[in-house]
Parts: sequence; structure tokens; C-alpha cells
Amino acid sequence: MTILVIAEHDNSSLKPATLNTVTAASEIDGDIDILVAGSGCQAVADAAAQIAGVQKVILADHTCYEHQIAESMAPLIAELGKSYSHILAAATTGGKNFLPRAAALLDVDQISDIIEVKSADTFVRPIYAGNALATVQTEDAIKVITVRTTAFAEAEQGGSASVEASDFVAEQTMATFIEEQLSESERPELTAAKVIISGGRGMQNGENFVLLEKVADKLGAAIGASRAAVDAGFVPNDYQVGQTGKIVAPELYIAVGISGAIQHLAGMKDSKVIVAINKDEEAPIFQVADYGLVADLFKVLPELEQAL
Amino acid sequence: MKILVGVKRVVDAYVRVRVNSDGTGVDLTNAKMAINPFCEIAVEEAIRLKEAGAADEVIAVSIGPQAAQEQLRTALALGSDRGILVETEEEVKPLAVAKILKTIIEKEGIDLVILGKLSIDSDNNQVGQMLAALCNYPQGTFACKAELQDGKIAVTREIDGGEQTVQLDLPAIVTTDLRLNEPRYASLPNIMKAKKKPIDSTTPAELGVDITSKVKTLSVAPPPERTAGVKVESVEELVNKLKTEAKVI
Ligand SMILES: Cc1cc2nc3c(=O)[nH]c(=O)nc-3n(C[C@H](O)[C@H](O)[C@H](O)COP(=O)(O)OP(=O)(O)OC[C@H]3O[C@@H](n4cnc5c(N)ncnc54)[C@H](O)[C@@H]3O)c2cc1C
Ligand SMILES: Nc1ncnc2c1ncn2[C@@H]1O[C@H](COP(=O)(O)O)[C@@H](O)[C@H]1O
Repeated sequence: MTILVIAEHDNSSLKPATLNTVTAASEIDGDIDILVAGSGCQAVADAAAQIAGVQKVILADHTCYEHQIAESMAPLIAELGKSYSHILAAATTGGKNFLPRAAALLDVDQISDIIEVKSADTFVRPIYAGNALATVQTEDAIKVITVRTTAFAEAEQGGSASVEASDFVAEQTMATFIEEQLSESERPELTAAKVIISGGRGMQNGENFVLLEKVADKLGAAIGASRAAVDAGFVPNDYQVGQTGKIVAPELYIAVGISGAIQHLAGMKDSKVIVAINKDEEAPIFQVADYGLVADLFKVLPELEQAL
Repeated sequence: MKILVGVKRVVDAYVRVRVNSDGTGVDLTNAKMAINPFCEIAVEEAIRLKEAGAADEVIAVSIGPQAAQEQLRTALALGSDRGILVETEEEVKPLAVAKILKTIIEKEGIDLVILGKLSIDSDNNQVGQMLAALCNYPQGTFACKAELQDGKIAVTREIDGGEQTVQLDLPAIVTTDLRLNEPRYASLPNIMKAKKKPIDSTTPAELGVDITSKVKTLSVAPPPERTAGVKVESVEELVNKLKTEAKVI
């Protein structure tokens, strides 16, 4: 068996999500190759070659892959993927966008968001916003899979894979990249952070997120939010934690002014330790919290900042 | 311009589902069923385009049991012009859903397809992307904004780091994210009117699509339960416990 892992990167650096995906691949038990598709991304290929357990890096370096547009990525993955038993990508918005397209080109189903590898053809994945875990088996000749990164540790460094160039070019004109607006932050990325403090509708407005930021500064934490807080415009969309936002599993998750709807829990209930601060003692978030503080957040956040 | 929207019948988003006793699936007996929330957003977007004069017809399609008629009626009450029910009692996997939708696109001559980004029951997030591949159309997934301009559509997408805008030739496939719009409620007169709108029925077999999948669900289990911990009385006690008991700070 040979497994193709699609690297997640921004043309200059390899994203940690790739390392989690490699670990999932290593549990399938086969040789692992990594595809780095991008533009001017030699450095990424070099970084990928150092991941322990990787046999070969395939570098597809061409302007058509610069933004990893699905219309170019899918034909490339489908073409290279033909000679593999498994194709894996992280279940990030990147992988979720291009991998199903590649699966359809290969005429196979995709198994989304796996959290466990049972065997080379059997995997566990959450359904119904994590309220059930399905064990699924596939007889497809090529198994196309996205991986929930929080469920797998990061692969170690120490490899010395060869880097091979692919000259497959998938230029197309039906989809054109126009622009990207990336939120800039000095804080750790939500999906990689060890500590996360999230605010919900209870924060009342965007300015009040300063209260969370001050605590986050003390803890070196990332800041997240509920859908209600994002919808109300308090914070940008990429702060959203949940079924349809980011899935996180930090050492410590602090939910502030968040009620704990099913869809929010789906994104954070695998955190190691959960703290909830909410003035309503009946809030469902307390049912999953290790430590609950029934209090007004405007009173306790400044206290928390002081105490740290 | 003709728009096709996908409308999936799913358990209501606020129902807390439980795994059934034999571990084969979840227990949906008497559970409230609804239009998949992302499909509702798709319907709303299509209707807005029609109201703005950019589209002539909105066709809603659902693949599912006879009862999925209810969700099609809702889509009609919201403003879709007609419905297509592709009836089957079986669970249809994303690749087969995409194949079915492709036959409808070919038959109806569709310029724009708007689907949800995700079914909240099976949590797949695949159909739109697969359909785009099968039709060789461009895709604008996880859309929070979509604008028609000079025979193209500009789609702003919610991505992990922020937002990305792509411009797509038509026909195109768009999948909706939560913030694309806020769906309206169906008014009583519109619910009445919807009863007279046509729903055509067909089956996957009639459309020539084999819906068997090579992916089988072996078992379904509840997730590990998290039990409620303790309530602390003060910030001081909280910080103390995080330091000495949980050792996470
Ligand atoms: C298809 C679908 C997908 C969804 N996806 C997501 C998702 O990915 N992520 C997500 O988060 N949600 C998601 N939701 C929305 C989810 O159902 C909830 O509506 C949302 O999580 C509620 O956000 P909230 O807890 O901030 O707001 P609310 O439910 O309004 O809760 C606010 C809480 O703040 C508390 N509060 C208010 N003031 C104070 C104060 N001064 N001090 C302390 N506490 C205070 C209140 O007691 C309350 O518990 C989704 C919904 C649907 C239908
Ligand atoms: N059975 C179905 N009938 C109609 N549309 C569907 C069906 N299944 C999926 N879709 C469409 O595809 C979107 C994404 O679904 P999925 O890939 O299953 O998460 C949904 O929001 C629907 O718009």
C-alpha cells in the first residue's frame, strides 16, 4: 500500500495540519508520499522531506497551484492519486474544498473527517455534530479521506525523503482567484493552540473582547468565539468554533458567555480541560465543563486577568 | 437564468439525537425533521436572485423518502417555483447524490446550482464539490457572499484564515455557509400557494443512476460522555484548581 498525503501550506511554510495527517497515514501502514502543490514552494517541499516516515515528496510547483484552487488541485490529485491506495488531506477548509472534487474525478466516495484508523479500510468518523461515531468500511480501490487533525498527534521530524518534481499542469480559466483577506494575529492559531479562550453572545459587543484578549495575553492563548458572536459581528468568521467552524482540542478551553449549543460543543468537547463562565447556572455548557463558574463575566474576567 | 437548489430532509438541528439500541444508527422515531439549515440558506439565496430579476426560475430538488415532499413544500413556500423529488428509501451517499443532480442539470439546463456546504446529519461536506467535478464546472464553496457580474459569479468564501474571493464562469456550483444570508420564514399565504406548485417525482433508477456505494457503516456508537465537573465559587478557586489539580496553567 502507498498513501498520498496532500500537504497544507501557504507556499512558504508547511502547516502543522500536514503533520497530523501524516500520523493518520502512518496508522494505515504503508509507504507515505507527500504532495506539495503550490507556486514557489520549494521550501515547503524541503520541510515535508524532513517529516519522519515520509518516503517521497512530490513537488508540483506551478502558478496554477498558487492558491490551491480546487479546479486545479483536483485534476492533479486525481492524476497522481491513481497509483495510490489511499489519498489523505487534512479536514481544513483547503482539504474540504479540493478533496471531494478529486474523489469524484476518481469515481469514488470520500470518507470525511476521520478520528480513528481501525484498519486500512475501516475508519471512525463523527456524524450528527459529534453526537454519534460511525465506524465505516470502504471497498473503494482508492480510499479518499479527510482527517480531523485534533484526533492525531503531529508526526515527528527526522526524515530524509527524496523530492521529485511533477510536471503535471492543470491550468484552467473557469475559476479565477481574486483576493484573500486573512486576519492577522500575533496569537497562536486556534487549531494549534494549547489554551483557548472563547467568547459568545454574552460578550455583548466586539469591544468587550478586549477583556478576553487581556486574559489570553497572560495565558498565551488563542481567541475563539461562538457562532452567535461571529454572526453579530463581534469577531471575524475564522474565530468560530463548532460543527461548522473550527474543531479544537486544546489542553484548556475557557468558554465565556457561551450557552453550549450542540453545534458549539461539537467543536470543543474533546478539549482536555473545559472551564465555563456563565451567569446562568442552567446553561448546558456546564454539563461538559470540568470547572464551572456561575458569575457575571464582566466582573470575573478582570479578576481572572489579575489572578494569572 | 435557471437555478437549481438542493434541499435535504434531515433531523432538526436542535434535536439531541441518540444512538439506537442496536448500534446501527441514530434513533429518529418521532424526531422533528426539517430542511437542512444550509439548504435553507441556499433556497433563500436563489429566491433573492429571482427577486432581483437575475433569475427566471428556481427549482428545488430533494433526494430522499416520500416524506421529503414536506421539505420541498417548504422550499416552494419560501419562493421556489417547482420541486423535484427523487424518491428512494435508501441512504444516498454524496457521490450518488452528485450523479443524480448532474442528470437533472443536464435535463433542465441549469445555469447556477446552490447547495448547502454540509448536511448536518451525515456531516459530509462533499456533494457540491463532487457535482462540480462531474459537470466540470467551477465551485465556490462555503460562500458568505455571492454576486453575479457580467455573466460570471464572484463568490467570497469563508476559509480557515479569513476570507477568499474567487470569480467563476457560469454554470457554476455554489455551496452556502452560515453567513451568506438569513433565511426568511414562509408566510401563511405563501404556504397555501405552495400547495398548488408542482412537484415532479422520479427515482434514481429512472434517472439511470446506480446509488449503491462501496462505503458501508459497520456500527454507530455514542461518543465518550463528558461528565460535568465541579462548580467553583470564585476566580481564586478556579485559578488554584487549574494550577494544582488540572495542571494546565
Ligand atoms: C447548522 C448550524 C450550525 C451551527 N454551527 C455552529 C458552530 O459551528 N459554532 C457555534 O458556536 N454555534 C453554531 N451554531 C449555533 C448554535 O446553535 C448556537 O446558536 C450558538 O452556539 C449560540 O451562541 P452563544 O452560546 O454565544 O449564544 P447564546 O446561546 O445566546 O448564549 C449566550 C450565553 O451567554 C450567557 N451570558 C449572557 N450575559 C452574560 C454575562 N454578563 N456573564 C456571563 N454569562 C452571560 C447567557 O447566560 C447565555 O448562556 C450552529 C447552528 C446551526 C443551526
Ligand atoms: N439527499 C439530498 N437531496 C438533496 N440535496 C442534497 C442531498 N444530499 C446532499 N444534498 C445537497 O448537498 C449539500 C451538501 O451535502 P453533504 O455533502 O452531504 O454534506 C446539502 O446541503 C444539499 O444541498
